[in-house]
Amino acid sequence: MRALTTAVRRASATAPGPAAARGDRARGLRAVALVLLVGALFVPLSASAQAGGRTPQPEIVIDAEGGCVAPPDEMRRNHMNMLIHQRPLTVRQGVRGAEVSLRGCIECHASREDGSAIGTRRNFCQSCHDFVAVRLDCFDCHQARPGAEGVRR
Amino acid sequence: MSEREPVERDQAPSPSRRGFLAAVAAAAAGVMIAPGIRLIELAAARPAGEPASGAVRWGLLIDTTRCARGCEDCVAACARENALERRGETSVAETQRPQWIRKIELKELATGRELSLPMMCQHCARPPCVDVCPTGASFKRADGIVLVDQHRCIGCRYCMMACPYQARSFVHEPLARQNPAVPRGKGCVEGCTLCVHRVDRGLAPACVAACAEAGHGAMLFGDLNDPASAISRRLREVASVEVRADLRLGTGVRYQGI
Repeated sequence: MRALTTAVRRASATAPGPAAARGDRARGLRAVALVLLVGALFVPLSASAQAGGRTPQPEIVIDAEGGCVAPPDEMRRNHMNMLIHQRPLTVRQGVRGAEVSLRGCIECHASREDGSAIGTRRNFCQSCHDFVAVRLDCFDCHQARPGAEGVRR
Repeated sequence: MSEREPVERDQAPSPSRRGFLAAVAAAAAGVMIAPGIRLIELAAARPAGEPASGAVRWGLLIDTTRCARGCEDCVAACARENALERRGETSVAETQRPQWIRKIELKELATGRELSLPMMCQHCARPPCVDVCPTGASFKRADGIVLVDQHRCIGCRYCMMACPYQARSFVHEPLARQNPAVPRGKGCVEGCTLCVHRVDRGLAPACVAACAEAGHGAMLFGDLNDPASAISRRLREVASVEVRADLRLGTGVRYQGI
């Protein structure tokens, strides 16, 4: 913005006559006003894009709040580390009933509407992973539904 | 019907109920399913947070004299428990579909004697599938159960070629509707897990439970390392063999009456 106005000022300074200079100044002011106006239009647009205008926000629905193994801030940042450290203990050493488990996640975070942690943007795991564009491949193999609902016996 | 309850998977436990259900499952493990037949004798569920113990070696004794020809109860129970059956259309040929346990009919040509037996992963003490695995995905757990760590499996299928029992399968298609306790997926090799998710809860494998429930009692599951276990006592009393004993793999599954 400052560069633009100085350019306008320099242009008016090099103008030949006083009458022509007056006309140029008016034109320059008008240009500046236009630039300001257009800028003012853009500012709220970009702000609203950040708040969810153009980018779909994750819809986080938690039915059983406060029951998680760690506070939300820590879970958001570290849930993948917790899971990947527990994984070999459970699979290879056979440790069961650990505090951290993928099944534990699903038991709380499966949607009450359709019983799954994935599927749509309203399903807990998928909503955030879509937002941050991180591929979620746990559920290529793991059941995204809690308990015995995955299989009927 | 009430006797069958311990065999069923628990209904969607909430976290607060999990500990309680685990305790109930452990207590129910010794329930009689028929007069004189218990699902599992020694085992209580391992306490939470404890790894599988090397002091235990899980094994099976299969009495082929009690295994009826044409009976597929164990195969059906396995498919149900581990959600092996695929619903809907499939382009995978029947010989290529996942199969963790199968029935084999044998006939001794010289005498005409016929017998029938279930064949599955033999849970070898020295498993060739583990030897050949290039990624360390095939492994033997401390308690002798041979498993595939599907997080590491790249689907190369060397283990399928190395296994003398043809016990492993490759998953060719994307899957849905897995048992929550038995994750399975496309691109991995899989095989009998000895129902590790049930064993860890103090239950017998699904095939053994189904065989006992149907009154055949041809499969006996237990700890080979415990001299007082039912399987150890029976192994001391009757003649039993390893299949392909010449390979000296030290199988955890033994057969009686072959």
